[in-house]
Amino acid sequence: MPSLRYLENVVTLRLNAEKCIGCGMCAEVCPHGVFTIEEGKARLMDRNACIECGACAGNCPVEALSVKAGVGCASAIINGWLTGKQPSCDCGGSC
Amino acid sequence: MSENRCCPPPGNETSCCPPSPADVCGSSGKNSEVSAAEPTDDRPGYKLWPFVCGWQDSPAGRIPQIATRLTIADIIGRWQMRWGFGRARYSIAPGLYAIGSPSGDSPVLVTANYKMTFDIVRRDMHGHDVWLLVLDTKGVNVWCAAGKGTFGTDEILNQVHRANLGEVVNHRTLIVPQLGAPGVAAHKVRKACGFKVVYGPVRSRDLPDFLNNSMKVTPAMRRVTFSLSERLILTPVELVSMWRHILWSVLALFILGGIGPQIFSFSAASIRGSAAVAAGLVGLLTGAVIVPLLLPWLPGRAFAKKGAAAGLAAGVFGALVFIDSLRWLNTLALIMTITAISSWCAMHFTGSSTFTSPSGVEKEMRKAIPGQAAALLIGGLCWLASAF
Repeated sequence: MPSLRYLENVVTLRLNAEKCIGCGMCAEVCPHGVFTIEEGKARLMDRNACIECGACAGNCPVEALSVKAGVGCASAIINGWLTGKQPSCDCGGSC
Repeated sequence: MSENRCCPPPGNETSCCPPSPADVCGSSGKNSEVSAAEPTDDRPGYKLWPFVCGWQDSPAGRIPQIATRLTIADIIGRWQMRWGFGRARYSIAPGLYAIGSPSGDSPVLVTANYKMTFDIVRRDMHGHDVWLLVLDTKGVNVWCAAGKGTFGTDEILNQVHRANLGEVVNHRTLIVPQLGAPGVAAHKVRKACGFKVVYGPVRSRDLPDFLNNSMKVTPAMRRVTFSLSERLILTPVELVSMWRHILWSVLALFILGGIGPQIFSFSAASIRGSAAVAAGLVGLLTGAVIVPLLLPWLPGRAFAKKGAAAGLAAGVFGALVFIDSLRWLNTLALIMTITAISSWCAMHFTGSSTFTSPSGVEKEMRKAIPGQAAALLIGGLCWLASAF
């Protein structure tokens, strides 16, 4: 089966390699294998697989990661446009 | 698993004996500090949940012990959720529960209070002795609740404190599902309450291997998938969630279908209205069912594009089937509207998918919505014009 890939070069994930202490938490929490740890530092192995869930940035003890986290859901984004608030997944139970 | 009774393993019961309470509870029988739940355990103002099958004594008081066999009612409840009925109130009371007969050394698993999640975890933990700390996620599953922050650091601290977990167990480790990580900061939990967060596998069914394997997670247990069955099981709730829009659209189509040379005709309303509703349903089913099923094989990366491709194919197929009875205006209307509706519905399946980023979804929506609107408008005008 062809693998499921989404759009290229859209995600907001940034890694500050200077701050990174190589603890490996980002690689542990990432559900899509975006990170690898090489020579004591995290490296973005597959940045385009990122879904911007925010798990890596939230669990990074030295704030070496930043990402504009949210839900990849069209209804949530429409809710956000209509209400002028942050996209929210309270969309009638579909997510 | 230390069961060596007359009853066969779950799934192929041949009714040699009714399940004993210990069997329903999945108790290992090692611990004697368990008492069975009685109907008289109800207290004024409180009713015992049906899944509570006993009580486990602990230094912090008695903890409800829960069954690891699901009942027919649990399974019916799960199917109701899959079809979108009563999703707003499918939650259980948060707090600490016992699975099997855990002791002070037993692991602590953290989960959400969505009953479907709770049911799957207790079923998968059959035969294990563990504590289950249920967070109040307002009846939402772990991943979505983590995205909102209700499954998060603050709620872990709150429930650890309320359950007096530090007294119940001797160790200081919490096993949190990996998909809870977007809401949890492991280092902050440790700093605030002393408990170390270990991220367990994504799927609850990998928990037994994880626990038996000294809490080692294999790379496969860490990765989120989106298999055919995972996609299929999410399609009914998408369809049901749209029922209001569908009803209003049907009404509008019958009214618009009656417009013609005689201003309004009821026979035209029924014939042209039904044809339009049928076309709309084809678009809906293509975008909300066929696209999820064929997701890996449809062209393009954007869901709106995949939906448009499938819709275009369905529209052309429909036009060929009815080639003798359709005028060119109807043909154009059919293809345009099915393509637009399918693309729109497929775009909404991004919310159910496991591999789309918000930045990507927003990008594809900004591109796709004007096209979908234009196709729907042109298709609709062609259809209205075809009456004259």
